Formats: sequence, C-alpha cells, structure tokens
Amino acid sequence: MPLLWTVIIILALGAVGYVMGRQRAITSAGGDARLLHSLPGYYGANVTLFTVIPALLVLAVWLLIQPMVIQGQVTGMISDRAIETAGSRGLVMSDVRRVANGFDTAIAIGALTPDQVRDLRTDTTDIRARLGEIGVALGGEVSPEVLEAARAYRALTRTGNLFLTITVLVLAGLGLAYAYVRTHQEFRARNAVERAILSILILASTLAILTTVGIVFSMVFETLNFFQLYPWQDFFFGLEWRPSFEGNSDLGLIPLLWGTMYISVIALLVAVPIGLFAAVYMAEYAGKRFRAIAKPLIEVLAGIPTIVYGLFALITVGPMLRDYFAEPLGLGTSSSSVMTAGIVMGIMLIPFVSSLSDDIINAVPQSLRDGSYGLGATQSETVKQVILPAALPGIVGAVLLAASRAIGETMIVVLGAGAAAKLDLNPFEAMTTVTVKIVGQLTGDTDFSSPEALVAFALGLTLFVITLGLNVFALYIVRKYREQYE
Amino acid sequence: MTDATAAGVPDAPRKSSLYAADARTTRRNKAEKRFRAYGLSAVSLGLLALVLLLISILSNGLSSFRQTYITIPVTLSAERLDPAGNRDAAEMARVTTFGYVPLLGQSLVDYVAAAGIETELGAQEIGGLISGEAPAQVRARVLANPGLIGQTIQVDMLVGGRIDGFFKGRVSMDSAGRDSNVSPEQLLLAQALADEGAIVTRFNWRFITAPDASDTRPEAAGLGVAIIGSLYMMMIVLVLALPIGVASSIYLEEFAPKNRITDIIEVNISNLAAVPSIVFGILGLAIFINFAGLPQSAPIVGGLVLTLMTLPTIIIATRASLRAVPPSIRSAALGLGASKMQSVFHHVLPLAAPGILTGTIIGLAQALGETAPLLLIGMVAFVRDYPSAPLEGFFDPASALPVQVYNWTQRSDPAFVERASGAIIVLLVFLIFMNAMAVLLRRRFERRW
Repeated sequence: MPLLWTVIIILALGAVGYVMGRQRAITSAGGDARLLHSLPGYYGANVTLFTVIPALLVLAVWLLIQPMVIQGQVTGMISDRAIETAGSRGLVMSDVRRVANGFDTAIAIGALTPDQVRDLRTDTTDIRARLGEIGVALGGEVSPEVLEAARAYRALTRTGNLFLTITVLVLAGLGLAYAYVRTHQEFRARNAVERAILSILILASTLAILTTVGIVFSMVFETLNFFQLYPWQDFFFGLEWRPSFEGNSDLGLIPLLWGTMYISVIALLVAVPIGLFAAVYMAEYAGKRFRAIAKPLIEVLAGIPTIVYGLFALITVGPMLRDYFAEPLGLGTSSSSVMTAGIVMGIMLIPFVSSLSDDIINAVPQSLRDGSYGLGATQSETVKQVILPAALPGIVGAVLLAASRAIGETMIVVLGAGAAAKLDLNPFEAMTTVTVKIVGQLTGDTDFSSPEALVAFALGLTLFVITLGLNVFALYIVRKYREQYE
Repeated sequence: MTDATAAGVPDAPRKSSLYAADARTTRRNKAEKRFRAYGLSAVSLGLLALVLLLISILSNGLSSFRQTYITIPVTLSAERLDPAGNRDAAEMARVTTFGYVPLLGQSLVDYVAAAGIETELGAQEIGGLISGEAPAQVRARVLANPGLIGQTIQVDMLVGGRIDGFFKGRVSMDSAGRDSNVSPEQLLLAQALADEGAIVTRFNWRFITAPDASDTRPEAAGLGVAIIGSLYMMMIVLVLALPIGVASSIYLEEFAPKNRITDIIEVNISNLAAVPSIVFGILGLAIFINFAGLPQSAPIVGGLVLTLMTLPTIIIATRASLRAVPPSIRSAALGLGASKMQSVFHHVLPLAAPGILTGTIIGLAQALGETAPLLLIGMVAFVRDYPSAPLEGFFDPASALPVQVYNWTQRSDPAFVERASGAIIVLLVFLIFMNAMAVLLRRRFERRW
C-alpha cells in the first residue's frame, strides 16, 4: 500500500520536525527556555503542523479529483457503439476499472508480469478466464476497446500516483523547511499553533453542514434524473405502485404514503396514551424508589435496536394477532399487517413520548400545582385541568417528534408490515411504507439508470422533507414553550 | 371580625356529617383512584412490553447456543481420497466435497449396524442425518493433514438442521411426517443414536465464530464474519466520530461567536440527529459508493455512514458536559495567564472527559444496533470469508450483526428464526456491556459542581 507509506513518511517528517523546531528554538534562545516567546513545545508543534497539514490536504483533494480526471480522459477512448452495446457509459467504465484492477491484482500476486499485461491481446488470450483464475470476476467478454482503455487507465493512474507522491513529499519538505527557518526566539509560535488548531475546530464543526448538504445533493440530483424518466405528476398523485423491471412501471407515491401514515397513526395511538399516562404517573404520583426502578427500565425500550423490535413483530406479535384476532374475525390471514407494525412501533415510541413528556411536566412551575391544591383540587384534577393544559404545547411537540420517528422507522416495517402496496382500510391487511420500498428498490443488484431504482431517491427525498418539516415544527414549539416558563 | 361572628350569622346547616363523604366527594375520590390506576397500568404496560420482548427473544434464541453433534469413527480410505496414492495435497484436492459424502454416509451405516440398531432406512437416508457442512470440514481436515489417510479417526460432525431441531423440540414426529426434508424413521434412528451416546447436544462455539452458511444448512450458520464486520465499523466510528465530534463541540461551545453561521450549524446538528437512519444509507450509497467508488459491503463505507449518524449524538453529549464545567475553572486558568486554547485543552476538556466518553459509548451502542442504512450499502451480501486484518480488512466485504439478523429472517428454513434470535442475544449482550460501561463511567467519574 504505497499510499499508506506516503502518509507514514509525512507523519514521520512531522515528528522529526517537532524535535528539530523545538531544538532550534531553544538554541536560538541560548539554551534558556524562559527567553522564548512561547513554550518550546509550541515551536516544535508549529513545524509539525506546517509539515503535515498542507501535505495531507493536498493528498486528500488529489485523491478526490484524480479518478474524475482519469475517467474523463479514458471515456474519450470508448466509441459510442461500445457504449450502446453495454447499455450505458457507466457500465463500460466500471468494466474498464474492473479489468484495470484485475491486472493490478494479477501483478501483485505474480500471476502476470507487467510486460505480459502490455502484450495481452483480446484475440489471443481469454482475458476473462485469466482474471477469473485469480478471483477477479468480470461480467462479460473483454472487448479490445475496453482492454485498451483499461491499459490507459492503469498507466494514467500510475503516473498520477507517482506525481501525487512526489508533490506531497516535496510539499511536506518545503513546509518543514519554511517553518524551521522561521523558528526563532521572537517568533510567536503559540499564536500560530492556536490559530491552526482553531481552524481545525472550525473545519470539524462545518462537517455537520456538509453532511446535510451531502444528503440533500445526493438525493436531489438522482430525483431530478428520476423525474426526467418518469413524470412527477404520476409519482406524487399515482394510486398504483407496481414496479416491473421490464419497464412500464407504475410508481405512485400515494399507496406508500397511506401505509406509512396508517402505521404511524396506530403507533401513536399506542404510544401517546401509554407514554403520557406513564409520564404523569412518574412525575406526579410515583414514589422515589418506584421511579428509580421503573424509569430506567422503560427507557431500556429506547435503547433496544429496531431490528430487535422487527424480529419481535415477525415471530411473536404478527402470528399472535393473526391467530387470535385477524383469523377469528375473518379480517385476513397475513401475519404481517399494519396492526403488527403499528403496535410494535408504538412500544418502541413509549419511552420516547414518556421521557420527553416527563421533562415537560416537571418543567411546569410548582406554584401552579400549589395554587390548584390550595383551591381544593385533587391530584388528578390538578393534572387534568392545570398541568396538562400548561404543558400542552410541549407535549404536542413531543408527539410530533415521535411521529417523525414513526414515519422514518425502517426495520420494524420491513419485517412487520409486509411488502404489498395497497390502499386499504383493514388494519389486519399487509401494507407497505415509503421506507420499505426504499430498501426494496435499492437492495441487491440495481441499475442506477432505471426509474425503478431512481424512484428510491425520490422516496428518500420525500421522507426527508416530511420528517424535517415535522422536526423543525416540533422543535419550534418545544423551544417556544420552554421560553414561556424561563 | 369577632363581633361579626358573635353577632351570629347562623351556619348553613350541614346536610351530612363530615365523617361521611358526600356523593360528590366520593365521585371525585373515585375519579382520583381511577386516574392513578390508569397511570400505574400505563407504566406496567410499558414494563410488560419489555418483559414480553425479552422473553420472546430469549425463548426463541437461547437454543441456538447449543448444537447437536454426532461423533462416529470414520475410516479415511486411501483409494477413495487419494486415488494417485502419493499423498500430494494438490492431487488430493481433486477429490471434491462430494467425494466425501458417501464416505461419511457409509461410516454412519457401519456404525448403526455395529451398534445393533435396527432400521429400515437405506444408506442414502441414514447419511442424510449428517449435515451438508460435515464433508467439507472433514475434507479440510484431511487436506491439512494428509497423514490421516488410511486411518480410522473419531470424527465430530454437525447433524442436519431438522435432526438438531428434533433434539431441541422444534421438530416433532408429526411435523417430520409432513416434511420432505426429514422422515419420522430418521428421527427414530437419531433418537436411538442419542441413546447410544453417539449424538449429543452441547454448547455451540461455532455459532459465535463460524461464518454464515447457505440457505439449506442453518445448523452451520454462525456470526463470525458479522461480529468482525461490526467490530471494524465500531473502530472506524470511534476513530472518526470521537475526535471530530469533540473538536466541533469545543468550537461551538467555547469559541464560536454568537452569529448567524453558528446558529445555522446548531440547528443543523439538532436536525441531523432526527433524520431517519435510512436517509443516511441513501447518502452512503450515492456519495461513498457511486461517487467516490468505495467497494460495496465494506466495513469502511458502513463505518463512514455510521460516523455521520453518530456525530450529532456525540456532539450533543459533549456540549452538555462542556457546559457542565463551571466557568470559574476557565476564569482561574485565564487568570493565571493561560491562553483561551490552553484553558480549554488543559482544564475544561479533561474535566469534561467522563461525560464525553459516556456520550460516545452510548452513540457507539446506537450505531452498533443500526440496520437500515447498512442494507442500502450492500452489507446484506452473503459473505463467507473472514475479512483480513485492519486497514486492508476495512475494504473487504463483511457483514454486520444486525444485518445478519435481517438476513436470517429472510430465509425460508424455520431453523433460521432460532439463529436470528440467537444473534440478537449476542447483539444485546454487547449493548448491555457497553451501556453498563457508560453507567459505570458516569457513576465513578461524574462530578457534581
């Protein structure tokens, strides 16, 4: 791994720089560290930072850009005819990359020599079989064009990597030399180092923004691609979901959205009463000991991974609902149903609702309670007529947050709700949700140029927008409510 | 005032005694009791759900930690396994796994005859007791040690999934009658062999160490690759999310000016914490795999996606514990001539460290149980080879614990339900361990100022 070595060399240079810088600073002060502007370590750290940071930055940027540049160069070598036979430019390019990587593996394990690779010809050697022997699987036969492109790809990558190594090492050396020369008794090393650290801190905190931008971009672009292949009116208002990989799919959002909403409503019908009553009981009635035991136990429910709930729905709740409710009542014979997913998801949301409501109820000022008791109200009357109305906005916020959780939940519905997209009212019928279909369309081998795969990005964007809207609204309400009593 | 009372406005006559509650009070008291009962039952319902969940998982999954094995003497005949007769491993490797199947079957037939067990089954059906995985294991053992050929050795083999299910109570004579994979006679024979002591059920280390097995061999499926994959991802998350999270919290909490940009960052972080996890999967697929060209089903991609997911949790926890350090510490450091940066890194950060670690562990625990985003980046693939050691191994295909659970739920053989529940027990043990560590850290080091 030559790249790893480059990084190690840079880091080693940095370490050497630290010792050198420190030494030079002390020498410049005649061996008396008190005469320096900063502590000696700062001079060393300054040299290290100058050596390592620019080099690593360039390395990262280069690695990001190089594949794109090479891709652009190599793509020019492939004729339109080859692209047509393979289906798309992306597929040809991935073939080229695979062949090139295959050569690299072959050379690394000694199955081929570099000279052999240069002399390979498609009409004399079965390249696919040769590479297959060493464990590189290719999708189809290698055409001369692809072979040529793969060779060019390898050559360009090698030159690129060579230049990269040289550039980066020279940069590290230059940085070291510059900082070393600047190191002097009067040099304000601490300020320089602290500025550098501060910019690292700032960089780290912008990552959150970058993530959001990444999320939005990754989905918006593919969604736009999708809408070029499939009319947006049919997506947003279509009542049918029938993807077929031969084309002519119906990809309507409405049945998925209906399933999502139906399951979320049932989940909230389970979670909100239980969670709210539990929170009231914990906050107003429960003794200290009861609270100390029951509260963490209920919160354990929040720490359990959703896949566990999914399995619970699949092997316990689903069959139970089917055997004791759906079949005797003649409502259906499927063990995965809206009811199954809804109830299990409701259980998952109980601690979410209860701990948020608990906080909010505790934040209601004691004076309101005292006033109510003073007027002769019982505890339950106080809760119902004073505390809950006062806490209502906060509780609404908590419920909205829970709803956004329910809408975005994946594993419980994947395992508990079924896969059939339906517009039905029967809660014992299997239905499906937006998240289930995102998983369904993107798992396994997918062709990213077909609307059937791209629709997942549109679904993801829809989901993102809905949950984001709910969150922003809920946080706004909660914040507003908190200010009221502060 | 006294005069007024003395003047005597007569009290309104009471309709009843103070000691007997009137109708309205009774009603109110009853309502109070009812309300209290609702609250208590809500709490109990929550706890009941937790108990049910655990019982369901434990009762289904505990049996996967035990596995049924058969131990019989097998004669490794030279003419079958080494036709060339020169004990050359490369030559012997020509005998495929299928070459070993009749050998093991015949050994079992011989053993049954020698033990005097009467059965009407043919050799094929008797051999069917042995797992499809066993020939491959015996073959690997022979190839590793060609000297074994010609000897008769005691071989410890897995029995088939249905037979294993019979000893665990999952398969009965009735269900075997309806099952094309196993017959009641085979179960009777297995029972006889168990009485003989050849078939025993014992603790199943392979469940934790072995890789996944194919659809038809639930008895051989294990969690080895999944545990390693999860471990690799946790390493990546820890190495990336902790420094980045701490750095950005320090900036936001200690240095950031109160302006628009800071505000945007803060709103962003709290919103990211609530983005559905599957959206992060889409991000990983589009950016790390399709755009950056990283390999599918590799721990590196999973680790990066989980890092982005865990960051908000770590940032929120870190900021809370930085805020909990009293300002007097900062002022004292500044007063003694430390720079702002020195006061933060030398004094505030060490004092906040226990809280930061607790938050990090809880974030890691969340990441460990996360499934949905990993499905999208191809971690569902069937992986039998262990990934190599780290750095390179980060780019090898691997599975992950929760994804393995999902994988097993998608298979048709009911024995995989047991496996999936068993995998969840392993996952929960890891989670309990991590959370216990977090609680311990908090108890031991948390300071109340």
